[in-house]
Amino acid sequence: MQLFDIIGPVMVGPSSSHTAGAVKIGYVAHKLLSEQVVKAEIFLHGSFLATGKGHGTDKAIVAGLLGMQPDDVRIPESLEIADEMGVDIKFSGISLKDASPNSVLLKLTGKSGRMLEIVGESLGGSIINIAAIDGLSANFSGDRPTLIVHNLDQPGHVAEVTSMLSHKSVNIASMQLYRENRGGNAVMILECDQEIPESAVEWLKKLEGVVKVTYYSLIPTGGSL
Amino acid sequence: MSYRLLREILSDAQNENLKFWQVILNDNCRENRITEKESFSKMTDMYIAMKEADSNYDSKAKSASGMAGGDGKLLEDFRKQPNRLIGDFLTKVIEKAVKMGESNACMKRIVAAPTAGSCGVIPAVLITYEEEKKVAQDRIIEALYVAGGIGEVIAQSAEISGAKGGCQAEIGSASAMAAGAVVYLEGGDNEAIIHAAALALKNMLGLTCDPVGGLVEVPCIKRNVSGAVNAIVSSQMAIAGIRSRIEPDEVIDSMKRIGNLLPECLRETSKDGLAITSSAIKIMENISS
Repeated sequence: MQLFDIIGPVMVGPSSSHTAGAVKIGYVAHKLLSEQVVKAEIFLHGSFLATGKGHGTDKAIVAGLLGMQPDDVRIPESLEIADEMGVDIKFSGISLKDASPNSVLLKLTGKSGRMLEIVGESLGGSIINIAAIDGLSANFSGDRPTLIVHNLDQPGHVAEVTSMLSHKSVNIASMQLYRENRGGNAVMILECDQEIPESAVEWLKKLEGVVKVTYYSLIPTGGSL
Repeated sequence: MSYRLLREILSDAQNENLKFWQVILNDNCRENRITEKESFSKMTDMYIAMKEADSNYDSKAKSASGMAGGDGKLLEDFRKQPNRLIGDFLTKVIEKAVKMGESNACMKRIVAAPTAGSCGVIPAVLITYEEEKKVAQDRIIEALYVAGGIGEVIAQSAEISGAKGGCQAEIGSASAMAAGAVVYLEGGDNEAIIHAAALALKNMLGLTCDPVGGLVEVPCIKRNVSGAVNAIVSSQMAIAGIRSRIEPDEVIDSMKRIGNLLPECLRETSKDGLAITSSAIKIMENISS
């Protein structure tokens, strides 16, 4: 945890874990979907479920999904804003296995039909962790540019991705590999120190054996608002 | 963040002949590859945001639940009364802590330090210090680095979220951070800084997180007052030369273990404690009706 996570952030109350962290999870999910959310199924777990309503966790997650950041003064009105925009939002409770107390499962559909399923955890002090993407484990904070590549579990894909990053002078801060089973679906998650050029991300999408490429950029897009 | 122990900060301060706050500043610059000026200016932004939140207090605002709002005004009026038992400094600390807590509950913009639930402790102490002692703002910024360093170690070695560690992790951490900051401002040495933090944290060990309706209102807002006042008295004990009999880093370890032992019903789930009292149930019924 960094200094300005301890003294900071500047945020709309009332809770750093249940409000600001929840906005951030929604925001990261919105960025990962990389298009306007038209449908969101929101499954609250643990303390998010038990006390989320009172902390405005519902409003916070939706605000993030609309592209708002935790210090946005429109957060209290996010549900109305989403409604006006015609975004289909459904809340329910869930019990996730081995999840942190403040967790949410988001099933999102974008404007073009692109789908994304993530599990986000709020760890306190508005620090978050994305714990799963499309059913596979993950582990990243949304504090760095992050590349997520779903591919078939076969030799060479890690080399393709890392040599592309090297070519673009992007330094890797952390790298994780997960797979369902040998030869099945695999995912690699790379947190980087620099932004990855859009063309490079597009290039990856065309590679054989690469199923899906998702990129989380720190550059604000202005969201769907 | 490279510090897991308060002792590591002290040994770096000694080896590099730096002040506590400078060690934390340097660490922040190294980690984020920014200049001292950039870091200091960001910390200044945080302090200015705290002061804005303080001065933007709206005495008429009520939280959505109706439980929070207006108490800051009562304290403002109280401060104007003659023959108060306590002096101006402490009265103002109490007033500012309540005001910030209420602003947070009313979904206003605040600075989490370390969390939103505990956002009143550090500003109540430091803004009051600046106003009453007429010190330069830069000195307060330096004190915020001291507070931040203590908070970082607690976050690394224990918890700062009520859901994980109970209220001790939120108000307790904030109080320890503020206590160290005051010792620095009052000219205490590094040893006194970490002992003030330890004394403050020890007074908060075991504090549960059992808010009414799960809202950051009752008892959270007034806990900010006890955290702030506890910070002041702990700092004064440390400056008087009192040392925590338990090594400061061991106090932080204890908080972590105690937090792990707290049952889930007392960690922000509102399943027990104050949250299930008759009064709480009555309040919640009024809210939903």
